[in-house]
Amino acid sequence: MSDQLVYAMEVFLNGLMAGVLYALVALGFVLIYKASGIFNYAQGVMALFAALTLVGIMDGQVPFAHLINAMFGTELHHFGWHLPAVVAILGTAAVMVLLSWMVQKFVFRHLVGQEPIILFMATIGLAYFLEGFGDIMWGSDIKKLDVGLPQGINAWIDNVTFNIFDYGFFIDNLDIVATVIAAILVFSLVLFSQYTKQGRAMRAVADDHQAALSVGINLNFIWVMVWSLAGFVALVAGIMWGTKSGVQFSLSLIALKALPVLMLGGFTSIPGAIVGGLIIGVGEKLFEFAIGPMVGGATENWFAYVLALIFLVFRPQGLFGEKIIERV
Amino acid sequence: MFYREAGDFKTTYKDDNQTFPIKFDRYRYYFVLFVAFALIPFMLNDYWVNAIFMPFLIYSIAAIGLNILVGYCGQVSLGTGGFMAVGAYACYKFMTGIDIWLGGVQYALPPINIFFSVILAGLVTAIVGALFGLPSLRIKGFYLAVATLAAQFFLVWLFNKWEWAYNFSASGQINAPERGIFGVNVTGPNVDAWAKYLFCLVILTICAVVARNLTRGSVGRKWMAIRDMDIAAEIIGVNPLKAKLSAFAVSSFFIGISGALFFSVYLGAVEVGEAFGINKSFLVLFMVIIGGLGSIFGSFAGAAFLVLLPVLLKNVLVGGLGWPTDLAAHLEFLIVGALIIAFLIAEPHGLAQLWRVAKEKLRLWPFPH
Repeated sequence: MSDQLVYAMEVFLNGLMAGVLYALVALGFVLIYKASGIFNYAQGVMALFAALTLVGIMDGQVPFAHLINAMFGTELHHFGWHLPAVVAILGTAAVMVLLSWMVQKFVFRHLVGQEPIILFMATIGLAYFLEGFGDIMWGSDIKKLDVGLPQGINAWIDNVTFNIFDYGFFIDNLDIVATVIAAILVFSLVLFSQYTKQGRAMRAVADDHQAALSVGINLNFIWVMVWSLAGFVALVAGIMWGTKSGVQFSLSLIALKALPVLMLGGFTSIPGAIVGGLIIGVGEKLFEFAIGPMVGGATENWFAYVLALIFLVFRPQGLFGEKIIERV
Repeated sequence: MFYREAGDFKTTYKDDNQTFPIKFDRYRYYFVLFVAFALIPFMLNDYWVNAIFMPFLIYSIAAIGLNILVGYCGQVSLGTGGFMAVGAYACYKFMTGIDIWLGGVQYALPPINIFFSVILAGLVTAIVGALFGLPSLRIKGFYLAVATLAAQFFLVWLFNKWEWAYNFSASGQINAPERGIFGVNVTGPNVDAWAKYLFCLVILTICAVVARNLTRGSVGRKWMAIRDMDIAAEIIGVNPLKAKLSAFAVSSFFIGISGALFFSVYLGAVEVGEAFGINKSFLVLFMVIIGGLGSIFGSFAGAAFLVLLPVLLKNVLVGGLGWPTDLAAHLEFLIVGALIIAFLIAEPHGLAQLWRVAKEKLRLWPFPH
């Protein structure tokens, strides 16, 4: 087998893994969009905020230390404890639920019935707010996140592929863990929305707000729940990306990576988010591998968008999106 | 008392069709023009021009452009930064002279006057914009908004990699050479504050008048029909291809001009990823939303608001309270975000709507019953 083909296979596998991570972010978008018709641009910043909070709780940072120091001239930094990861994750999840509740209470309750573009703008405002808030609360320096996930090259795959192709594939353990976790997450989300009372209520709300309201479903509760779920997904995505590349501002930009995934998969479909993520992940890695060197590289920034754009021209609702029916 | 149409009789169609049919509006418009052209240039200093007037004038042009697309034609675009970059780089090429090698023969174009460079840059951007507007015929709503991000990322990447676009300079930056109009410098290092200001003001005024009249005319009505419901518009005889593409082209024309001015007159040196990144797209979109969708006045109001707010916050927090600058920057994000949300909740139709309400009150004042 030629070397190029073997390299391409490695790139393909890595693309699949990257795609899973994109899908993880896209999942949060889909959840909220399905249930409330809000296109939540803040999803990426939520992931950043969750990761910042997680690190902050684990390391026992004093929240708003920078602000308090500036206002009162004190020298606060740390409480001086180190919490185990599980406790910190639970604490962060609680913070995300609280955040969802506040977002619902202070923002979107007042915007019910507005046009989608206004709601979208509100989420961009929310993204700005959360970004500033997260930085003020926990500081803006790059932080290391380690919750005990395995990292580094997977020796077993390296060995096996070396025996077959004479060339060991580099697959990061973290990516494998992310894939497994994403699979579990999607599976449990599907189970939740199919078989539990709240899940069914959620789907009813997604179908038709007013009909759901008229059969006695508490819209506010469902929305808070959906935002909390999205916050939880953001937390998982934040842990994965944060472990991979450190907790820093650029983490919030993964939202921009998830958008083409959404377009490709359709805004309303959970399987679509997964398949879209895989296509984008593989597509951009292979394109960078094959065409990138000819045009100066760094094509990953835009390739996903152009791919999604071309795709949409032929299928405007995305791969799995609900068929768009227009009536006058 | 002053602001009413009663007693203001029009005797010709020309009078009836003018841009500002109400006298008070008309006088206010002349007054604003008078202040902007005849008073402000004499009171300027460098700080005011660079911190406030330049960004305000230039972003106003961009906001007018985006407002035509989003507010009048209903096509949400997040590619503003990319189109501004096209304007900036096109302007740079026209300013410094274009040379093209075709089949071993060099075709060289001499450097063009800065004013025409800016206009030509707008035209180039209009073509690029129409090209990226093509998918809008198939893709609608959020899908389109995300699709325009393709333009944003692709164009920024292109100007990073395409060496011809920045004349093969080692740093990858483009620097505005010294250029002037009527013997007065408007770009380069030695420029008087008033010259910069007047140059941008003239272009802004032309743009605003053109935009206002386009949106009042048949083209603007077609855009609005498409915005309100494109299928219905198609049935009553509006050609969606022409309407959408013309909206993209006109909008990109203005945005390209603002990008050209942003680079050549305001900053002087530009690195594409930094100056025309995704944040610029959002900033201009915020201006349009806060100012008011579908209103030329709103574009000005939104630009003024978002240019002044950070200056004000910085002066209060860093200058007034003595906080560290990084903290102030974060706080600025927080406050801008919160203000946007508050605005959308309080008045989703923006500052222009507040102005409309105020005018309605003024019509009845002082006898509201």
